[in-house]
Amino acid sequence: MMTKHVSMTVNGEPKEADVEPRLLLVHLLRDVFELTGTHIGCDTSNCGACTVHVNGQSAKSCTMLAVQADGASIRTIEGMADGATLHPLQQAFWDQHGLQCGFCTPGMIMQAAWLLDQNADPTEEEIRAGISGNLCRCTGYVNIVKSIQQAAGALAERGAAPVDGLAVAAG
Amino acid sequence: MIPAPFDYVRPADLDGALKILSEREGEAKLLSGGYSLLPLLKLRLAQPGLLVDLRDVAGLDGIIETDDDLRIGARATHRQIHENEIIRNRYPTFADAAGGIGDPQVRNWGTIGGSCAHADPASDWPAVLIASRARIVCRSSAGDRVIPSRKFFLDTFTTAIAPTEALIEIQIPRRGRWTGGGYTKLERRAGDFATAGVCTVVVLDESGRIARAGVGVTGVAETPFAATDAEAALVGATPSDETFRAAGAAAAAQSRPAADIRGPVDYKRAMVAELTARSLRTAVGRAKAWS
Repeated sequence: MMTKHVSMTVNGEPKEADVEPRLLLVHLLRDVFELTGTHIGCDTSNCGACTVHVNGQSAKSCTMLAVQADGASIRTIEGMADGATLHPLQQAFWDQHGLQCGFCTPGMIMQAAWLLDQNADPTEEEIRAGISGNLCRCTGYVNIVKSIQQAAGALAERGAAPVDGLAVAAG
Repeated sequence: MIPAPFDYVRPADLDGALKILSEREGEAKLLSGGYSLLPLLKLRLAQPGLLVDLRDVAGLDGIIETDDDLRIGARATHRQIHENEIIRNRYPTFADAAGGIGDPQVRNWGTIGGSCAHADPASDWPAVLIASRARIVCRSSAGDRVIPSRKFFLDTFTTAIAPTEALIEIQIPRRGRWTGGGYTKLERRAGDFATAGVCTVVVLDESGRIARAGVGVTGVAETPFAATDAEAALVGATPSDETFRAAGAAAAAQSRPAADIRGPVDYKRAMVAELTARSLRTAVGRAKAWS
């Protein structure tokens, strides 16, 4: 099978690979780029564990081909912390016990980051609608909502810096 | 789940894409947002030899209103439609439908053209287009073909698009006075396909009676369909709960639901009746407010 050469920016770093057209973006990220923070949950576009940002838009990376992301700017959970300093969303999930097993957490945080990028001060209803494509099977939505609320407050205090600064800068 | 092998091209413009469709007729499949096609590829329900990605094809995602039509480009995402000013202000039925599709990630990438070309029997747009008597524009190297929405959705995952054609635009008759619509669907859980969904569009005459009606139903037949018996029951009637119930009963009788995890046949018919009545209440309310 013929391969295609793809190049993209992942968390601000240029990356490239030769891939089969059928390779999914999530497999490129995990197996080729060895960024295993992005999880594969249902593999059927339902659970959102594989959520990443593609050109600033949240996407389920199990439902996108690696070749579709050629030339794109990608942000994954590994791109959230600033060195040893957690992103306000990561800190909030820690503080508010926004996870139990943690499997859904990378996708939840990436979707929450996109949501806060669109709407810096969401209501509880807007948060719940915003994460409706992300499933938590520990039934931890109450604390996940609290986490996102804490992060919204922290980001507002931090100033007008966009949540998805990397994607904005690179895109 | 890994798709079967295929080749992939990303043409720079529509002519390039159409040329490939002609040269590789029956073998090539168009890729838009991917949220319908990728799941099929992963399940190996579809195994095309070549994917033609429309990502670089510009000019297919416009939303404009002319003297005659609302025109939505095939590559407009559900989110673009949901957030569009013209849609929000003048076509709330389309905003409601767009905002209720899948989940935010799906709406970020999924497109109206991709969804219609995919023709899932429980998808939302077909019901809305059928009720609105929309037209679907398909282009091939030989030119354009305008297909009425009521002749477009032929069977499960089957449409009137020819293998050499690309769906490029949806044309909806421009909203006139005393016209309103409503889309109401029942979801078993957030983001699920509709158990049943009903879109209605009514045009009232000066005496307040229903002059014209469109009823599109999804989720309860092999493909979304026009509930023509419900439309016949509405035309000439004065809007009332009794009228809405009669139309609901007619739409339920025209449904052909299959029993599945979303419910038994009787339940689904009952839901079609109720959803039709609720949708009509919204549609008539909007029509009365649109003088």
